[in-house]
Order: sequence, then structure tokens, then C-alpha cells
Amino acid sequence: MAISKSKEYTTVTEVSGPLMVVDNVSGVAYGEVVEIKTPSGERRRGQVLEAQTDKAIIQVFEGTHDLDTDTTAVRFTGETMKIPVSVEMLGRVFNGTGTPIDGGPPIIPEKVLDIHGAPINPCAREFPRDFIETGISTIDGMNTLVRGQKLPIFSGAGLPHNELAAQIARQAKVLGKKEEFAVVFVAMGITHEEANFFIRDFERTGALEKAVLFLNLADDPAIERIITPRLGLTTAEYLAFEKDMHILVILTNLTNYCEALREIAAAREEVPGRRGYPGYMYTDLASIYERAGRIKEKKGSITQMPMLTMPDDDITHPIPDLTGYITEGQIVLSREFSRKGIYPPVDVLPCLSRLMQGGIGEGRTREDHADVNDQLYSAYAEGRKLRDLVAVVGEEALTELDRTYLAFSDRFEGEFMNQAIDEDRSIERTLEIAWNLLSMLPESELKRIDPECIKKYHPKYTKA
Amino acid sequence: MTQEGIISRVAGPVISAKNMRGTRMYELVRVGTERLIGEIIGLDEDIATIQVYEETGGVTPGEKVIPTGMPLSVELGPGLLGTIYDGIQRPLDLIKVQMGDFIKRGVEVPALERDKKWDFTPVAKKGETMGPGDILGVVQETKTIEHRILVPPGVAGKVVDISSKGKYTIEQTIAKIKTAEGVKEIQMLQKWPVRIGRPYVKKLDPSIPLITGQRVIDTFFPVAKGGTAAIPGPFGSGKTVVQQLLAKWADADIIVYIGCGERGNEMADVLREFPALEDPKTGEPLMNRTVLIANTSNMPVAARDASVYTGMTLAEYYRDMGYDVALMADSTSRWAEAMREISGRLEEMPGEEGYPAYLASRLADFYERSGRAILHGKDEKVGSISVIGAVSPPGGDFSEPVTQNTLRITKVFWALDADLANKRHFPAINWLQSYSLYVDHVKDWWQKEVGAKWGEMRNEAMRLLQKESELQEIVQLVGPDALPASDQAALDGAKSIREGFLMQNAFHKVDTYCPKEKQYRMLEILLKFNELMYKAIQKGAPIEKIREMPVKDKLARMSTVPDAEYQKQFEEIEKEMAAQFREMEG
Repeated sequence: MAISKSKEYTTVTEVSGPLMVVDNVSGVAYGEVVEIKTPSGERRRGQVLEAQTDKAIIQVFEGTHDLDTDTTAVRFTGETMKIPVSVEMLGRVFNGTGTPIDGGPPIIPEKVLDIHGAPINPCAREFPRDFIETGISTIDGMNTLVRGQKLPIFSGAGLPHNELAAQIARQAKVLGKKEEFAVVFVAMGITHEEANFFIRDFERTGALEKAVLFLNLADDPAIERIITPRLGLTTAEYLAFEKDMHILVILTNLTNYCEALREIAAAREEVPGRRGYPGYMYTDLASIYERAGRIKEKKGSITQMPMLTMPDDDITHPIPDLTGYITEGQIVLSREFSRKGIYPPVDVLPCLSRLMQGGIGEGRTREDHADVNDQLYSAYAEGRKLRDLVAVVGEEALTELDRTYLAFSDRFEGEFMNQAIDEDRSIERTLEIAWNLLSMLPESELKRIDPECIKKYHPKYTKA
Repeated sequence: MTQEGIISRVAGPVISAKNMRGTRMYELVRVGTERLIGEIIGLDEDIATIQVYEETGGVTPGEKVIPTGMPLSVELGPGLLGTIYDGIQRPLDLIKVQMGDFIKRGVEVPALERDKKWDFTPVAKKGETMGPGDILGVVQETKTIEHRILVPPGVAGKVVDISSKGKYTIEQTIAKIKTAEGVKEIQMLQKWPVRIGRPYVKKLDPSIPLITGQRVIDTFFPVAKGGTAAIPGPFGSGKTVVQQLLAKWADADIIVYIGCGERGNEMADVLREFPALEDPKTGEPLMNRTVLIANTSNMPVAARDASVYTGMTLAEYYRDMGYDVALMADSTSRWAEAMREISGRLEEMPGEEGYPAYLASRLADFYERSGRAILHGKDEKVGSISVIGAVSPPGGDFSEPVTQNTLRITKVFWALDADLANKRHFPAINWLQSYSLYVDHVKDWWQKEVGAKWGEMRNEAMRLLQKESELQEIVQLVGPDALPASDQAALDGAKSIREGFLMQNAFHKVDTYCPKEKQYRMLEILLKFNELMYKAIQKGAPIEKIREMPVKDKLARMSTVPDAEYQKQFEEIEKEMAAQFREMEG
């Protein structure tokens, strides 16, 4: 089909919400990029959402304001959305559509890549096992992050998820290895203030040189958010799998992304799924999250840390819910602990790291890590259960052992969970604190720990 | 078929094409210049609606659609075991060889290797009259699985030629049968449309348990060979871990594992682990009895729909040889969502929560392809397919349509519970919510094969757990110390069953698989302790003393006693138990 792709159409028949309909076209491909010239001469970009024999439905990334059905011109490029990539992107800041906004020169591309990428063949995947030390006890000790994992932070409005993410970006390291490490930071609909916080933090710690920033801010067009994470991930894939770097991708805030997705679905009058979000939101989110991982015989890796705010702190809301079904665990922040002044306010009970088992143990962290983690969880859960009970019956009704559990969970929150915003705890230190706390309990209660590990690490024996 | 259609509309995975008169529903077509694989899912005059199993970016109206005259089918024959396929049975390892680390589209690779020669041993004799399901010959597919080459459904007559023992490729003719319609040449390679169940003679009642080595499943909520089970649970409750445990340890001959719309790293984990793990029955690598189907969440959504049918057809093929097959689908919710997505693109009238109105009937059709059955063929082979489907209810809310429609069909319900998972009680199967309708069917088997008190013990343990939940409500109001000693003993007893029996550590080398005899003994000992405890309390022994008994520690650690030593050690524990109670009372 030889079709001239340079032809300009001025046959826009309908503009509604983020969408635009062009008639009397021919040879328009599904998913191709269009260039739009507004009546005032401004250029914008869009993408074909539905291609028919003589009609195309287009989503416009930079907003549809000022478009008309008279003089607006549309040119179909015949290409899918692409981004030029290069190692020179490190240290640079781009807007949500990939244009540099730091005043520097445009990127001289080493390669031009399709932003939608392609799924990694499950056969080519290397199972992620390299422990990343974040220096945060609740993560390292109880929800270990490994290279190639996608581990989101479920937060709520007003909780310190930005501080936590910045701390992780600052402190993350793999023990005993000096390797090329970089951060790809993707902002979707966050405020200038939040973006500045990250930029300042990256500048202060010198991390900016090893970071690529894509910023779609709150006052940028919402539809642009659909492509921003894909630009970031395509860059990450290039750096990881062609330039052997270890990439940490921070995506914030997925809630804004999902809102944009809903906006488009509503404009297209699609049949809505739960709470008005489109039925394909799972698939769409998967096309972002699944781009984390490792590949056999490649040095680099992509680790993802998406952040989202749970509307009304509701973990069953479709956004955290679908995310949790795709990602390999979740770190959940809690308002209750934040109010108590605990930082980071990670509520360990609903947290999970699915790849933890492979990343810990002898030769990775320490042989007793898995058992200690199990024991901490069950002891702390027991303490929390008793705390509810005390609220009803009072502490007097409890047994001696129950009171020990109560004391344990108080100290657990104060000593293990709580740490300073610049405190970088080694895994040994984290386990040491854990053992100190566990030693409050009678030894017969440590049922989850291998007796040999108890002999080796229990303070009672190590001090003797 | 020379007629070609023309694409008139492209919207995501669904396209429309005109000039398609003469094509049939569910016919396979090739779409566009890249010959993408698609399937007709609707016909209106000469316009066909087609779901495409690959990415449709770049497909342009005006391009061609070529009908193939065939429904979507799978290839059957030796070489399936140990392979990992995508949703439409393309081997992923070969795709990797052709395309590299990322899956691009338009790839064409045969499902089964064409050049490989297999050792064929004939069973049928020249001149013999044979019908569908009769064994023509056998191929040793892996060390433990003998692949039986059967007369395909619909073929019957006299064998006029059969190849002698030797090496053949799957495309070579190995037998000729003279049927009413003429001589039919038969190869090892056979094909079958995925959406049609393979025939059998008669379904039997499931009465033999599928032993999984998981205590809470085998003893409390057993699934029978040929049965169906559903595992619904919110994220993080351990659905996938349970599914993988069953794939590892279930005593089926063949495992078909469908990763439907799930994580890529999980499939990588299976691929890493299965070849290294040994089948407890045969000592062979688990991979040698497993077929994997991986359609991860970022792979095309239409192929997710196909993947469950592909898996089921492979399972039926091995069942027809007389094997017990277990099929795991993780997760059926993703399949249902794929249906919803396609249905939405077709602008069909939605049912509940946007799912299509045919959701219930599709699920029922799928689960009904399970069962233990007498098969076609002279020797009256019996084979079975057990289906275990994971369900991922949004927000962990079991009232949603996929869970509810699944529960109407399946006979076993393993309810995964986020609270248990948060306490790291795994498997997080809630013992009060779950049920199995096979308990009475498999009771005879357990009592004959393992121990006469199985049914009685199971009821006693369940009664205790039920009692615990009632007492917990009182404890919430008055505290545990206010309860009478006998009730406190009941709480202690239930706790020991919860922690010592129901909980099982999937990552512990011994505890990951618990043989059925060991399960029986463990429960027997735990219940024996409870019985002694009651008696002691009735005689006035203080409960604090019982709690401090040294033997309690050993009871709690019974699950990790190695399989070779447990009989001896358990006997000692019983003796210690009796002695310590005597001492206390004495």
C-alpha cells in the first residue's frame, strides 16, 4: 500500500474532550503518530486510537484547546510513537513528551526506539535475586527489594512517600559490587513543588548526573501522562539492556496516570469497568509494570518503584488493587503511624515482597534472615491483635506472655520501624535490632526460627 | 479459500474486515501484511469481526485478511512435555532464538519440532480392526511418560499398514487404516481445535484424592482426581505460591500450568525451579511431566483468552492416553478480563461489572472439560483432568462476578485470606470459609489406604477450629483468663492445630511436601495431646502447667522432621507425651 504519508488533512469533523475525529482519510494505521497544526500555527502530537477505512479517531497529547473543525491541519506520520535515546540523556531533564526543558541542547540519538517496547520473552528472563540494600529496616529486613523487581509504594495524600522514595534513590546499593547505577525519574501530574523537591535532593547528593528526569506536572495536559512513563521506560531499557546499567525507575504518581486513562475511556464512551475505570486498565498497567526485570546474559537491570496515592487510603480501590495484582509486592504507608510520628510510616502487615525469598539467605544477606522475618511478622501481628483486645478488656485481663508481646510491638515500632530520614542501616544492623527485640520473648515462642540460628544469633548466646 | 477480506476498522486487538462472506465463526485468519494471527468472533453479512492474537499497532485499513478455513487448533504429539508455549502454542524458547529477548510480532514457529526423530514401538498389528482411542504404538517421550499414539477420533477400520519399530519424525506416516471413506494415513502429529472438547465415553464419579502434600488441602479440603477447585484471594494472599506448590507436588502424571495474564518473573521462577526439582514419585525432574503455557499480562490480550483453551486441549490429549492430568490456571480472572476487554471493543451489552453476559457459560464450559472418565478404545482406559483455577477478585471481594460464577461450578473452594497472609500464616487458606464437596467421596480411599480414623479425626479437628472461632468472640469481650479451663484448653488445642498442622512452610525443604501418612500421624498426635489435656484438666491439673510441658515444643516442630525419620521420632514424641502427663498427674 503505497500511501503518501506527508499528506495533510483539514477534515477534522469533531473535537471532544481529548479526542479528535478526522474524516475522508485513507491508509491510516492503528497507533500511528499524528502531527497537528492548530489554527494559530502551534504544533501538537497525537496518536490514532481507532482507524477506519475513511475515518480516524485521534487522542491529542497536548490538549485539544484551540482546535477547530475548520483550519486545524493533521498530518499522519506513518510511524508509531518513538523516542531518541542516548547515554547523553543522563543528567538531563525532559518534559512529559520528551523535549529537553533544562535549556540544554537536543539529544543526538544513538538509537530511536518505539516507546511501547515489546514484552520480554519469559524464557529470556533471569529470575531476580540480587539483594538491594536500601538502608531502611522495614524494607531490607521484612520486604526485601531485589534487582529487577517492581515494588510499588502505596501511600495516601499527606504521607511522606516522596521523602521515602528520595531516601531509597539515595541509599540503594548492592552489597560488595561497584556497578553503573542510574535513576530514571518519571513524574506524572505531580506539583512543581514535589518535582522541585526531587530535583533539589538529586542535586544535593550529586545523583542528578546519574539521573534522567521526565516531568509531566500537574498543569501539563493530562493526556500527555499516557506517554510519559513509556518514554521513561524505553530510556531505561536502552540504558539497562544495551548499556549494561542498573536502573531504578521511580514512577510518580500512578493515580494521576489512571485518571488520564479514565478520561480517555469516558471521552470514547467505552463501557466502564469498576468505578468508571476502563476494563483494560489491568492490561494497560501491566504494559508499564512488566517492563521491569532482568534478562539472561545481560548485565543491566530495571527495578521499578512506582508510587501511588490510594484514594481515601482505600487499598481495595481499583488503582492499588490492579497494581498489587501485577507488581511483586507492595510497601504500604499508614496514616496511623505517620500521626504517631514514626518515619517511615510503613505498616509492615499488609506489605509484601514476592521476590524476597530468592534474594535473601546465606550468601545474599544472612542465613537467619528468612526465619527472623517470619518470626517478626508473627510476633508483631500477635502484639497488634492484643492491642485491639486491650482496648476492650484492659491490660489486667492479659497473661504475662501477652503483656510481653504488647511490649514487643511497642518497641518494634519505636526501634525497628522508626529511623531517621538520613539513617542508612546496614542489613547486619537491621538484623541485630530484630534479634534484640526478639530476645524479649521466651525462647520457646521463637518457633519460626531454626534452633541452630537461635544458638548462633540470639543475644543470650552471643553475649555469653 | 482464495477469497480475501479487506480490513475496514482497527481498534486495539479487535479489527473488522469486509468481503468475508463464506468464512465461519471461530475460523483462523491471517491479518494484514505481517500475517498476524486472528480468529473470527463475529459475522454480520460480509463483515467479520476478528480478534487478533498479536499487537495491532501499525495495521492499516485496506490491508488484506486471508481466511485459512481452519479453526484455531493445537498440535498434538510427542515433544509437548517440558516445553513452554505462549497462548497460541508457539514455543517461547524458539521465539527467543528467532527474535531475541523481546517478543516481536509476526513470528511463525511450529509448536512441535518437525525434524526430531522419536523411537516408535508399534502395538497394533496389521489386519487388526481398530477404533478411536486404540493404541497404535508408543513413544517414550520422557523417562517416565510413555506417549501413546492413539487412533484419532472419528477414524475406525482395519489396519492395513503399521510401521516397524524405529525412528520417525512426527510427520511421517506410521500407520494406514482402511476406513469406510478410504485409506487414512496416520502420523504421530495430530491436530485438534481448541474450543471443542475431545470425546470420551463416560464420566465417572471422582473418588480418588489428588494428593498434593499440603496438609490443609489433603486432610481438610481435598480435591479429587478429576475434580475442580477454585482458589480466590486478594493480591499477596499466596494464590500463585499455592498453584505452584500443587504443580510441583500433586501426584498427577502430567501437569499443565497456564500462566494467564500473570507476571513474567513468576514464569521465570517456574522455568528456573522446575527443571531442578525432583518429582517425589519418580525422582525425575518435574519439568519432564509439565507443559507450561505463559501469556504474561503484557502479552496480547486476545491470546490470553486462547491460552486457557490451548492448555485444556493439551490436558485432554494426555487424559485420552489414560493419564491423570492436573491443570492449573493462574489466573482465571485475567481470562475473564480479556473477555471483558474484547466484549467492550465489540460494544456488546455488558452484564455485571462490565463483564459480558456469557461469562458464566464460558467458565462453566471450561470447568466441565475436567473430570475422570472412561475413554474411547478397547482397553477401557481411565484418565482424569483435575482443574485448579486461581481467581483474583478485585479488592479481595468474593461477591464479584468471576468468583461467584466460578464457585457455582467448582466443588472445592480454598478461600485465601488477607488477614492470615498478613500474619504470615501460609498457606493462607481460611479453614472456616473453605469447603470441599469431595470429603465424603475420598473418605473411603483415605481410610483404606492411610488410616481408619481419617474421617473421624478430620471432623474432630474441624469441630475444634469452629469452637475456637466462637470462643474468640467471647475472648474479645472478657479476655482469655475469664474462660473456664476446659475452654482455654480448647483454644490451646485449636492453636496447636493451626500452627502445627495447617501452617506449612513452602520454602522449607522438608515441610514443602508432607506425605499423606505423615499428615495422618501428625494430626493423630495433636489430637491425642488434646485428649490427654482435657482429661488432665478434668482431674484438676492447672492449664499453665500443661502449657509449659517440654513436649509442646516438639509437637510444634513435627512438620520439619525429615520424612525418613518421622515414624521413629513421632513414636518417641507420643511416649514423652504420655510420660509427661503421667508425671504431672502423678
